[in-house]
Amino acid sequence: MLPHLDAAYNLARWLMRDSEAAEDVLQEAMVRALTYFAGFKGINPRAWLLQIVRNTAYGSMALNRGVETVPIAEDGDDGAGAELVAADDDPETALLRARGSQQVRALVAALPVELRETLVLREFEELSYKEIAEATQTPIGTVMSRLWRARQLLARAAEAEGLA
Amino acid sequence: MSDELSAPKPGCEQVLLVQAELDGELDAAPAAALEAHRAGCAICQAARADLLRTRTLLRGEPYEATPDAMRVRVMARLRQAAPRGRPAPVRGRRWVLPSIGGFGLGAVCAAALAFLVVLPRRNDFADAVVASHIRALQPGHLEDVVSTDQHTVKPWFDGRIDFAPPVRDFAAEGFPLKGGRLDYLDGRPVAALVYQRDKHLIDVYVWPAGGATPRLAGAAAIQGYNVVHWTADGMNFWTVSDLERNQLDNFAALWRKTP
Repeated sequence: MLPHLDAAYNLARWLMRDSEAAEDVLQEAMVRALTYFAGFKGINPRAWLLQIVRNTAYGSMALNRGVETVPIAEDGDDGAGAELVAADDDPETALLRARGSQQVRALVAALPVELRETLVLREFEELSYKEIAEATQTPIGTVMSRLWRARQLLARAAEAEGLA
Repeated sequence: MSDELSAPKPGCEQVLLVQAELDGELDAAPAAALEAHRAGCAICQAARADLLRTRTLLRGEPYEATPDAMRVRVMARLRQAAPRGRPAPVRGRRWVLPSIGGFGLGAVCAAALAFLVVLPRRNDFADAVVASHIRALQPGHLEDVVSTDQHTVKPWFDGRIDFAPPVRDFAAEGFPLKGGRLDYLDGRPVAALVYQRDKHLIDVYVWPAGGATPRLAGAAAIQGYNVVHWTADGMNFWTVSDLERNQLDNFAALWRKTP
C-alpha cells in the first residue's frame, strides 16, 4: 500500500479540507489497510486503499461535529437525481463563498463532499467509473451524474471567477 | 440546489455520454454514434466545450506528495500496528520508495513493507492463517472470551458457531489456555483458541474438515511465523505462532495425542 501513500494523502486532504484532520484520516486508513490487506482480493490496490481512506474520512466526519455529514440518499431509479444538499448549505452558496480565493482548489474544496470525492477520484486519481463506483460504494449511473454536476458547478463558478 | 445544476438535463440525454467519451469510458461503436449525434446537437457541443474547459482547469492542479514529516509519522504508526520485534523477510516484489530519507527508517520500512507489499496474487491459505494471526495480535483483538478454563471457553462458542470445537488446556505442559475468539477463514467462521508459551502467543484455528479445505503439507514458516496443520476427528487444525518450530511441533503433538 505504501506506493499509494501519496494518493491516499491527496484524497484525505481533499475530503477533510484540513491538514491535521487529513493526517488523522491517513494514519487510521493506513493502519486499516495494513490490518485488512490479507483479505484484499481485488485487482486495483490503489482503488482499494482509496476506498478505505474514503470510508475512514466519512467516519471521521460523522464523529466530528457533523460539519460534513451529508447523508447519501440514493434515489436509485436512474441514479441521476440523488439529493446531495447539506442541511445548512447548498453548493452555489458554498461556491460563492469560495469566490474570494480566486483559486481552483478552493472551488473544488467548496463542492459538496460527494461531488468533490467523485471529481477528485476521477480527475486527480484518474480512477475509472467502475473503480470510483467501488471506492464510493455508489452505482455507476450516480457516479456519472455526480461527475457531471461537479463539473457543471465548477465550470459555472470558474466562469464567474474569470478563471475559464 | 437548483434544478439546472442538480440534474444532467440541459435538454439532451446524451450529455453524460459526451462526458463518458471524454473520460475514456466509451467504446468505439457508441463513440461513433455519439459523434454523429453531436454534429447536430448544440447542447452536446456546448457540453463538450464546457467539459474540456473544466478539465484544462483541473489538469493544471499540482499533485501533492505526502510531506516528509507526515510520512515519517505514518510509518512510525504502522510499525506500532505491525507485530512486534520481527524483521520479517520481504516476500514478493520490493518497491522503491524514493522520498523516504533519514531517520534510520530502513528497519521500519522493512517491517512495514513485508506486510504492505506482499502481492495479493501469492496469497495461499497458510498466508491467510498467518495474516489472521497477525491481525489478532493487535491490541484488543486477541480474545473475545478470556479464560484459562476450557469449560468456560468451550461453551462460549455455543450459538456463535455451528460446530463444537474441542478445547484443551495444556497448562501442565507449559501451554496455558488464554481464551478464544471467533475468526473467519476459508470462507467461514472458525473457532480460534489462544494459548501462551512464555511470551509467545499461539493461535489454534479449528473448524470442521470439508471437501475443499486447502491443505498444507504439515508445516511452513511464513513471515517468521511457524504454521502447523493437521486434521483429527473430522476437524481442521491450523496453529500459528512465533514460537520456535520444535516447540510448536510439541504443542501440535500434545493436541494430537489428547483424545
